[in-house]
Amino acid sequence: MSTAVKMQAALISADARPASGAWLADARADAASRLAAMGLPTRRDEYWKWTRPDSLISAVADTAEVLDYEGEEPLFSDVDRLKVVFVDGVFSAEESDALEGEGLEIERLADAAAKDIHWAKDLYGVLETRGQTPVNRPIAVHNTAMATDGVVIRVTGALSRPVSLVYRHEDANSDAILHSVIRLEDGAELTLLENGPAAARFSSVLEVDVAKGAAFHHVRAQGRDHDRQAITHVFARVDAEATFKSFTVTVNGKLTRNECVIDIVGDNAVAHIAGAALGDGAEHEFHHDDTVFITHDAVACESRQVFKKVLKNGAKGVFQGKILVKPDAQKTDGYQKSQSLLLDDDASFQAKPELEIYADDVICSHGSTTGAIDEEALFYLRSRGVPTPIATDLLVLAFLADAIEEIEDEDIAADVTGRLDAWLARRRG
Amino acid sequence: MLKINNLHVKLEEEDKQILKGVDLEVPAGKVHAIMGPNGSGKSTLSYVLSGRDGYEVTAGDATLDGEELLDMEPEERAAAGLFLAFQYPVEIPGVGNMTFLRTAVNAQRKARGEEEMSAADFLKFVRAKAKDLKIDADMLKRPVNVGFSGGEKKRNEILQMAMLEPKMCILDETDSGLDVDAMKLVSEGVNALRDEGRSFLVITHYQRLLDHIKPDVVHIMAAGRIVKSGGPELALEVEHNGYADILAEIDA
Repeated sequence: MSTAVKMQAALISADARPASGAWLADARADAASRLAAMGLPTRRDEYWKWTRPDSLISAVADTAEVLDYEGEEPLFSDVDRLKVVFVDGVFSAEESDALEGEGLEIERLADAAAKDIHWAKDLYGVLETRGQTPVNRPIAVHNTAMATDGVVIRVTGALSRPVSLVYRHEDANSDAILHSVIRLEDGAELTLLENGPAAARFSSVLEVDVAKGAAFHHVRAQGRDHDRQAITHVFARVDAEATFKSFTVTVNGKLTRNECVIDIVGDNAVAHIAGAALGDGAEHEFHHDDTVFITHDAVACESRQVFKKVLKNGAKGVFQGKILVKPDAQKTDGYQKSQSLLLDDDASFQAKPELEIYADDVICSHGSTTGAIDEEALFYLRSRGVPTPIATDLLVLAFLADAIEEIEDEDIAADVTGRLDAWLARRRG
Repeated sequence: MLKINNLHVKLEEEDKQILKGVDLEVPAGKVHAIMGPNGSGKSTLSYVLSGRDGYEVTAGDATLDGEELLDMEPEERAAAGLFLAFQYPVEIPGVGNMTFLRTAVNAQRKARGEEEMSAADFLKFVRAKAKDLKIDADMLKRPVNVGFSGGEKKRNEILQMAMLEPKMCILDETDSGLDVDAMKLVSEGVNALRDEGRSFLVITHYQRLLDHIKPDVVHIMAAGRIVKSGGPELALEVEHNGYADILAEIDA
């Protein structure tokens, strides 16, 4: 029996799934049967043409050595936030803050799971299920069936204090599956921060329901542990006048695939998704895949995709991005930008930008480019006395700037830029 | 200061000789101008001296204070005191002008074994220099040359020159794209930098810039060589009669 088949067989057995109360047990059983029908991804799947799923679905996770961060303060350390810490996917009560706040209901999925009935029932696995058409995302289904923990958040007010999920990695063989659901009620506001490598292999699903006039801001930094792997899914539903903004920075990592599925269902809503990835394949593999699907199903909504990758020494980048505009989604303003900067001939970038438009009064476009460092700019900097390696790094940061600008909070944006600068400087030696 | 000896240069990509034996010496503290018709090799000379790719030196050499220039990387030439004010300053989206200036100043200091300038000192320094050139805070914040007018770009070049304090400044058609007021401002900026220890090589098509930046010596370049040298009056002669007379005189 192949690994994948073994995995499916195990899933169908209820014993294999985490124990939970009725509502969650139902959602998990449903996911297990959906996965059994769908099957796990294979390299023959069109959607997995450029990223091999094998190591993401193998029975045992590949080892990933824990990186020594040499005392560096983790990102967001200076931010006043409500911290929820998971170590190799296991909740750490002593490192986490009390799960409470004004205008906020927050609890662990494991705690919510123990209850027989819970509001999260209307969300858990629901947005994920909606996100299965027109393309299957089996690893997300697997996550819904098998996630051991996560957070369940309901926001009723405009929170000024971000919720910060911290994913620490201590065990070189850990295999973590976390699933979080977030509901922003009408007019609510939340900033969600996520950072850290999480585990040797990390599967994450985030379901976010942004109700009318609500605003969700998401900033995520995936850990720099070289051999770590991550498969993440964000499923969002964005209602009228609401804002959804998500930014991810990725540096290092043997394999990362970040999928984002956004359904814009209410008029005048805004959805932005951005990412900056930096990879050097000299000593460790680097493969980074951004796969995005945005559906416009309402009038006068704006969507933006801004993805930038800087790759060298055999590092690989993938972008699959789609905007689907439904027949009634008039006045849609959708733009997709996917650019990669290849610092040498060994690096590679594959992109599949897609627009599928059924409304006639829309502005939709995409720009996908692959390029090298601008020689004119490089010479200009050098002629002012800036040595080539420093000049190159200045241009690398400049290239990433418009993705980083998608971060709403200027201090966090400056911190992210500073970390990228430091990473580049370490490589210069 | 700058000594160019029998410099022959061809394009790297094609078999085209651009400079065919340039001899030129600019002593310390002097301003020399090079004038010449289009295609005479003026800009090529400035690029070769600053180390731009795409050219091959087939004979001759160039030294700055006795140091062989042509063996150095562009950044080494800059650290040695050479500065080229570009005819077309390059736009660099995403790099703030201030970051650019500070990186350049500190890189040169480091290369010369000097201490890097603190953020506070740098800020004071750049503000003082920018004020002289009527460069406002907004221009310092914006990305390098992005959305700058022609005049702003040239003022930004002179600001860099003022901050880097080079000893040999080459101005490549700094007057192109400037209106009268901008030309005056840029010229004042250059004149303020004139100093016993600093030399200038001003490349221009037109005499009008030389009304503002008064040269000690004027050279006429044609077909890849300096064909005539003289005092400031030579520029006036070109202004009145064009290059044809001079070139005919040389051919004869």
